[in-house]
Amino acid sequence: MSEDAKTRGPVEPMARDAERKFDRRRFLRGAAAAGGAAVGAAAGALPAVAAGNPENQPPNIPEWSKSLGASVVDRPYGAPSPFEKEVVRRSVPWLTATPESAINFAPLGELHGTITPNGLHFERHHGGAPDVDPTDHRLIVHGLVERPLVFTVADIKRFPSVSRIHFLECPANGGMEWKGAQMVGVQFTHGMLSNCEWTGVRLSIVLNEAGIKPEAKWLLAEGADAAAMTRSIPIEKAMDDTLLVYAMNGEALRAEQGYPLRLIVPGWEGNVNIKWLRRLKLGDQPWHHREETSKYTDLMADGRARQFTFVMEANSVITAPCPEKPLAFGAGRYEISGLAWSGRGKIKRVDVSTDGGNNWRTAELQSPVLSKAVTRFRLPWRWDGKQTFLQSRALDETGYVQPTIDQLRAARGVNSVYHKNSIHTWRITPKGEVDNVQVS
Amino acid sequence: MFRCLRRASALALALAALLSAGTVDAQTKARFGYGRAATPAEIAGWDIDVDALGRGLPPGKGSVKDGEELYMTHCAGCHGEFGEGAGRYPEVAGGRGTLASEDPRKTVGSYWPYAPPLFDYIRRAMPFPSPQSLSDDEIYAITAYVLSLNDILKDDDVLDATALAKIVMPNAKGFVPGGDPRPDARNEACMKNCRSEPLRVTSDLAQRLGVTPKRTGD
Repeated sequence: MSEDAKTRGPVEPMARDAERKFDRRRFLRGAAAAGGAAVGAAAGALPAVAAGNPENQPPNIPEWSKSLGASVVDRPYGAPSPFEKEVVRRSVPWLTATPESAINFAPLGELHGTITPNGLHFERHHGGAPDVDPTDHRLIVHGLVERPLVFTVADIKRFPSVSRIHFLECPANGGMEWKGAQMVGVQFTHGMLSNCEWTGVRLSIVLNEAGIKPEAKWLLAEGADAAAMTRSIPIEKAMDDTLLVYAMNGEALRAEQGYPLRLIVPGWEGNVNIKWLRRLKLGDQPWHHREETSKYTDLMADGRARQFTFVMEANSVITAPCPEKPLAFGAGRYEISGLAWSGRGKIKRVDVSTDGGNNWRTAELQSPVLSKAVTRFRLPWRWDGKQTFLQSRALDETGYVQPTIDQLRAARGVNSVYHKNSIHTWRITPKGEVDNVQVS
Repeated sequence: MFRCLRRASALALALAALLSAGTVDAQTKARFGYGRAATPAEIAGWDIDVDALGRGLPPGKGSVKDGEELYMTHCAGCHGEFGEGAGRYPEVAGGRGTLASEDPRKTVGSYWPYAPPLFDYIRRAMPFPSPQSLSDDEIYAITAYVLSLNDILKDDDVLDATALAKIVMPNAKGFVPGGDPRPDARNEACMKNCRSEPLRVTSDLAQRLGVTPKRTGD
């Protein structure tokens, strides 16, 4: 088959079947990039079912059945299928001045289950992600301690290890939408969220090694990056469930997640989970550093600001359908699915409304339901093909009920930037497209 | 065989010594003894933090006048000659009186509650492409100049540890005391006929705004 034929192969049936929805040139580019095979992952709100290349479909024998595949020496560290190239983190260039002090978003609409793959964990850096040499990296523990200590990464790995699944969420998640619906896509409305199995040592064990003086009430955690990121953390949280970790999802931390050492402060805003951790200093008061005064504080409508609002309150979002995953099969049966999480503990219940919040049904929760971790919910639904509005509402084990956007605005105004955890609304159009809207 | 036994008994003695030492300090028992003592020199090299009270400020000083030239060299490219900010870079001056408005401007002068952490932040993270490259005197001078841009210092002022710790920032009382007041928004988990009024779409411009980045295939 010539290159030309390869490229043309899938185009003709596609153009016949769906020419109104597809831009032909865009599809040609995509087909060429994928070597002429069917392109499943296309741009924007396209149907989930592409026509593909009939030559690879029954009753024909596909190309990959008639030649050898990759050998075991070809991919010593595996990568996703080339057909999944749209499943990537994305950033919003206008959001920040530079791409080094910036954030990107996990493609929540493309993910399954609850664990975020390491290459898709959202990134938030304030001075870029350094490649820290673990041989030279040190953690110093000092301040109000009996014995100032310095640890190598190997020292930290000697301590009793523990693995815990926890979500990590930037408190600015959803922050672009305080004043109105702005972003098209669950990746951008909720993608500052990830959920991993973290392995390390309880921070209390490491602090006990240094011996905490009674007057120590806070600790300052500091990174080794170009921002030398610092946050003050109350000693109670540090001694409770905070972890000093070196691994995520079974392998070493990724550079962009703080390799070789970072804090995991379960349920608390992402920024306090200091990456590339180089120093812990115990003190009697918080430091009031830039990232806990100028940033990561919540400005109220009266011009005063809240500080040290650490906990990520219960939140949820429907990831199927979503703007990236429209209803592609017309009226009929679908599974609504999404994610719920709470920084205060376990998700107790998730309710879903398919009529814009008038009536609610309780969704099934995928077990295990873990504390301060993402829980997936599911609910079968029969769509009648008409416009409607989908919402999800999380309840956590403290009895907290995820609020509406109106309730949040009444309490805080629209300029607090952080901690927007309101019930999210997707509008379903008669075509099955999904819009991000806000309702009252 | 005997050699092995001798080794084992030596090990037992060493263990016993460790355990008896542990009884001196109750905490010692729980300790693993990993890591080693950090030397004063090691700590001094990394101990760069300054807190809200100015604890941690180093010796040295800098003037507003010296700071102006340094600011123009190292800072103005991003933060603007008058602290107004260039492009998406943060503005560092102005904004007083805007915090309760529809368009609050959070700057050093309008928002920061304490002055010493400004020195801390410049020392640890600025200039953005080359942090931890300025001398303490230079950082004092730039700190002084940024405070002068906010009318907190006068043109002929000189800043050192004592002077910086004494500054009361305009927004010193702008932060709500008493910790996190949440949960502050209360919802009820109504299940049936929850709407007293028909649904009203309050915002649906996302598609038309066109501010969402395109996917890589576009």
